[in-house]
Amino acid sequence: MEVVKIENVTRVYQIGKLETQALRGVNLSIESGEFTALVGPSGSGKTTLLQMIGCLDQPTSGRVIIGGKDVTKLNRNQRADMRRGTIGFIFQFFALIPTLTAYENVEMPLLLNGHSPKERQERVMELLKAVDLTDRANNRPDQLSGGQQQRVAIARALASKPTLILADEPTANLDTTNGKQVMDIMKKLNKETGVTFVFATHDPRVISYASRVVTLQDGLIEKDSSS
Amino acid sequence: MMQILKMAFRDLGRNRRRSFFSALAVGGGLALLILMSSVVAGEMGSAIESAINLQTGHIQIRAATYDENKSSLKWEDLVSNPDEVANKIAALDQVETATPRLYASGFLSSGTQSAGARITGIDPLSPASDPYREGVISGDYLNPDDRDALLIGKPMADKLNLEVGDSVSLSLNTADGNVQDQTFIVKGIYTTHTYSFDSATVFLPLAKAQAMTRTENHASTIFVLLKDTTLTDSVVPALSVSSNLEIKTWKDLNVLFVEYETFAQSYIAIFYMIILAISASVIINTLIMSVYERTREIGVLSAIGMRGGRIMMLFLAESSMLAVGGVMMGLIIGVLATLYFNINGFYIGDMGLSGMTIADTIYAKLTMENLVNLTIMTFVVTLLAGLYPAVMASRMQPVEALRAEK
Ligand SMILES: Nc1ncnc2c1ncn2[C@@H]1O[C@H](COP(=O)(O)OP(=O)(O)O)[C@@H](O)[C@H]1O
Ligand SMILES: [Mg+2]
Repeated sequence: MEVVKIENVTRVYQIGKLETQALRGVNLSIESGEFTALVGPSGSGKTTLLQMIGCLDQPTSGRVIIGGKDVTKLNRNQRADMRRGTIGFIFQFFALIPTLTAYENVEMPLLLNGHSPKERQERVMELLKAVDLTDRANNRPDQLSGGQQQRVAIARALASKPTLILADEPTANLDTTNGKQVMDIMKKLNKETGVTFVFATHDPRVISYASRVVTLQDGLIEKDSSS
Repeated sequence: MMQILKMAFRDLGRNRRRSFFSALAVGGGLALLILMSSVVAGEMGSAIESAINLQTGHIQIRAATYDENKSSLKWEDLVSNPDEVANKIAALDQVETATPRLYASGFLSSGTQSAGARITGIDPLSPASDPYREGVISGDYLNPDDRDALLIGKPMADKLNLEVGDSVSLSLNTADGNVQDQTFIVKGIYTTHTYSFDSATVFLPLAKAQAMTRTENHASTIFVLLKDTTLTDSVVPALSVSSNLEIKTWKDLNVLFVEYETFAQSYIAIFYMIILAISASVIINTLIMSVYERTREIGVLSAIGMRGGRIMMLFLAESSMLAVGGVMMGLIIGVLATLYFNINGFYIGDMGLSGMTIADTIYAKLTMENLVNLTIMTFVVTLLAGLYPAVMASRMQPVEALRAEK
């Protein structure tokens, strides 16, 4: 089943008189269960493309279809609802809410989706176990290492059982050991739950995890290879 | 919702010092408002009450043709059977006391000094005269049958260099248009702590004043005090007086005051607004700063699907908490400060507002109405101030928020 379909998407950033063509007509289709890497040099448009797929931003032209639904026509709230229901995010910086504990961070999407307290508790504990952080449940982000924070972020991204998880350079701020641990967990979850992962990276060790590698260059797909 | 409150609370805790000072700005503003309104209420209340007690009474009955400004002593301008009228009024339930008084314009001189005086003939034994008796600071109070004794205010005594026991010459107008002179002894010196009153008013026993002015048993007015100021409007219809007499209430007799009060209220409203505007701008500032600092966090919340409306609620919850904290601080500080000035008062001296019985010390007076109104007002203004930053946060685009440099 096709989870993501990108049709002729362009994105032009305009700052004053300066125009930057971040995407110049990208076509891409991602099937359910894929573990796909977006690679390419810095500035090639990886982040911009992830934002298109993640309904965080809208294309200048073209269409983005997520789970069969054209999301380019949605308004702000509808896009927020879309993100909440079907997409999980993992960012390069460990984007946890600093005032909430690991437990509460993971619980957040479940709260937003209106799950019962019992459902929430079961789900959060299950996820913390999956990322091996059960004993850190009550720690705030500043009491966790970078690798631990990123694992909390993974748990949070998975909380409301999205069909798609987008990760923008998830290991860029981690050392080798922690980077490997994070990638292992992502791969394991992809295998076990079948959730689709799309991640941007330019780290060769991370690329080796991918079953498909899409290479961007100057806002265009240069190469698309499956292994 | 609980989560939002929890987050808001922790966010405030994250920057305790800033939260504390913002709440304090709200609290300080409220405290100032409470104190100001209490001082004004105290001043207004005491000014009106002292005008009533010292000068005008709650109600006066006098001849329809009487002209207060001229202190006319013509018989037709006076009440001809004052005791009868006074007794009838005094019999009413709501009436504390009713007593005849006679006013004349006169002139005191001692040595080279002289001063105009408002000669007031009073029944020294009437309860309405208590404030004067209680105000005697040296010498003695008047007796009804004193024939060469008078009571003068402290400022006038100072001006004329008079002490108790000194002689002073009094000239005053009489009913038939002549001037009558007599030498009196200063029997007592009084103060009501009301400069404008004390510097002009000289008391004689009513009988002596009547004799000297040749008004026989006439009086300028029947001075009526009620059990409570609020009874005034209900008492007036119950008074039946003959057609040549008229009824004046304290409102008629203190027009200047009533006008001054309205004026002062609008003047004070401007101060209120300035204070509220300052508190509001501190809150706006704090929250805008907090929105900027948390740009990325807002982006993350938005990315995981929190709608703009909820993000707005989060910031509104923060401003509500600041408002609650601030209002509580303000209530404590404001009430304590008011209490202090309620007990100790503060001295303003002679404000130089002639014709107004403004006491030289103001005692703050806190009314429940003011307290509730100001609290609600501060609370609402603080919430409104929080609205703009909250809307700003809710409008942030997730991408921009996420790109924001850390
Ligand atoms: N908000 C923005 N405003 C202006 N230019 C931008 C913005 N975001 C990205 N760009 C530009 O678009 C291009 C692609 O950026 P990006 O998608 O971040 O690439 P990558 O993630 O591959 O490094 C770059 O040239 C970048 O400078
Ligand atoms: Mg990037």
